[in-house]
Amino acid sequence: MPKVKFNTLESTCVPLPFENVDTDQIIPARFLSATSREGFGDNLFRDWRYKKTGEKNSEFVLNNPKFSGKVLVAGKNFGSGSSREHAVWAIFDYGFRAVVSSFFADIFMNNALNNGLLPIVIPEELQIKLQDLIQKNPAIKVKIDLEKQTFTIVSTGDSVRFEINPYKKECLLKGLDDIDFLLSMKNLITDYES
Amino acid sequence: MEAKTLFDKIWDGHVVRSIENGPDVLYIDRHYIHEVTSPQAFNGLKERGIPVFRPGKTIATADHNIPTKDQHLQIRDELSRNQVEKLSENCRKHGIELFGLNHPKNGIVHVIGPELGYTLPGMTIVCGDSHTSTHGAFGAIAFGIGTSEVEMVLATQCILQPKPKKMRITVNGNLQKGVTSKDIIMYIISEISTSGATGYFVEYCGSAIRSLSMEARMTICNMSIEMGARGGLIAPDETTFDYLKNLESPVNEWKKLQSDPDATFDRELEFEAGLIKPMITYGTNPGMGMAIDGSIPLSDNKKNEASSSFLKSLDYMGFEPGMKLLGHPVDYVFLGSCTNGRIEDFREFAHIIKGRKKAANITALIVPGSKKVEEQMVAEGLTEIYKNAGFEVRQPGCSSCLAMNEDKIPAGKYAVSTSNRNFEGRQGPGARTLLASPLTAAAAAITGKVSDPREFITQEKNV
Repeated sequence: MPKVKFNTLESTCVPLPFENVDTDQIIPARFLSATSREGFGDNLFRDWRYKKTGEKNSEFVLNNPKFSGKVLVAGKNFGSGSSREHAVWAIFDYGFRAVVSSFFADIFMNNALNNGLLPIVIPEELQIKLQDLIQKNPAIKVKIDLEKQTFTIVSTGDSVRFEINPYKKECLLKGLDDIDFLLSMKNLITDYES
Repeated sequence: MEAKTLFDKIWDGHVVRSIENGPDVLYIDRHYIHEVTSPQAFNGLKERGIPVFRPGKTIATADHNIPTKDQHLQIRDELSRNQVEKLSENCRKHGIELFGLNHPKNGIVHVIGPELGYTLPGMTIVCGDSHTSTHGAFGAIAFGIGTSEVEMVLATQCILQPKPKKMRITVNGNLQKGVTSKDIIMYIISEISTSGATGYFVEYCGSAIRSLSMEARMTICNMSIEMGARGGLIAPDETTFDYLKNLESPVNEWKKLQSDPDATFDRELEFEAGLIKPMITYGTNPGMGMAIDGSIPLSDNKKNEASSSFLKSLDYMGFEPGMKLLGHPVDYVFLGSCTNGRIEDFREFAHIIKGRKKAANITALIVPGSKKVEEQMVAEGLTEIYKNAGFEVRQPGCSSCLAMNEDKIPAGKYAVSTSNRNFEGRQGPGARTLLASPLTAAAAAITGKVSDPREFITQEKNV
């Protein structure tokens, strides 16, 4: 089955400068009872987005009208903890198409790549600089080119090459599906079993 | 022949094909599933119109969202009920063995797998749950996966996976009285941080690890993910073979499951067991831990300027830098989870509460990891000890570890918990979690405050 493609993206960013943001923050466990993949965006960062009373927490970045965009810029060690893919579904469903950080947890990274949400690792100094730039001017844009593996801050010209597994890169560029690929190897798998 | 680590031996033996510049196609021997992370994977198979490729290699249980009281009644929460029913329906349809709610062998997936003999040395094991690393205690490669990967395994019994780097953690020496395997792993995580092993698969070695029971080894491997590791394993030995003695065990084959003496690791760490004290966490990730009699550090880095993340974390907990936790009031105690929900954990807790009474200010959640643990507690007289001390033993499930069911810690309340994560809201919105061993949890349960378990241990022998 064809999957979501990713080629290039130019967008403003939403800054989330905290370190060690775990998947329980991204989507709390009490919202994991659904049996489909849709609709998790409503509860993305639920306990930071809403106060205990149920009203919106105006101090949280997603509720600040100054910030919007398809790129989430996160502090280091983003997505640690639980393996719940719901975390990636929630970020994607909310409208993000890439997450930028100086460090990702392993399972989150795999889950993101399997859902067309591009995780981009940039040096920590650049991540911190970018957080600062966005705070000062929320209109600044970043440009992501998957084919060239480049991440650029448009206004400053800061540009870095990011790493991605070549197999996963091709899957994202062409919208290829892992399971179709594995199914095509059924004979090899059966041979292995014997 | 090139010297290999145990991890290499098992991994390389399961590669169906290596993709050039890409991940390996890894064959999976055992796949565990539960109600929360599997329904979307089954939906995927339905959309593709394909069956489960090897249903005999998948084992299912309902554990995450089930109640721990009155399990014979219908689950009250509609979404949870639907999810549990969906699991039963999917297992029935695809011929997957299910140890569901009210099954006499039901329990937490990482407790029942080893208990029922489905986890064996040398296997590759996955589950849509990050604490799958638990099964590494048997000398298996076991790791957590996402739901897309659950679908891969259901469809092809294989997974696409880049090979992680290898780390060896050696813990030598003797543990002090009152120090458990939970304290060992919490100590290591506090030393290397919550991302200290990201990208690695860990092998635990050394005399302190060798001296541990299978239950204690499972606790160590279970929390490998809390330092970011893909998983952790321990080479099988006589302790492992003894645990598995009721099975037809190919022990001679299993004895080969060792790292070669001259095998190299990408990173090596060594710790001295005798320096480890009972541990407790003070912040909102498992790396924020300290000795029970210690003080909260003034900052999270060498510059002595606390980061905003560190201060935000302490603010959530209601703590200040430099503060001591001994004597701090506690409201809840949770004994259970895939980390500390095994029979040995309930014996340790019982050792401290026996002949004493639960403190009046404590609400205790005592939740066995499986029906088998629950039965064994009765058989060993533990349930009676708990009752006499004023504790109610509940029915098995993940319970308050992630609070998907009713077992939530209220906002602002402090819980000393034997589970694995102290993230914000993990045990309920606003809940404040202090991770600790069953001994430390027991000490808090009878005193009503953070207490040093060493003061309550009378035997010379380690419990």
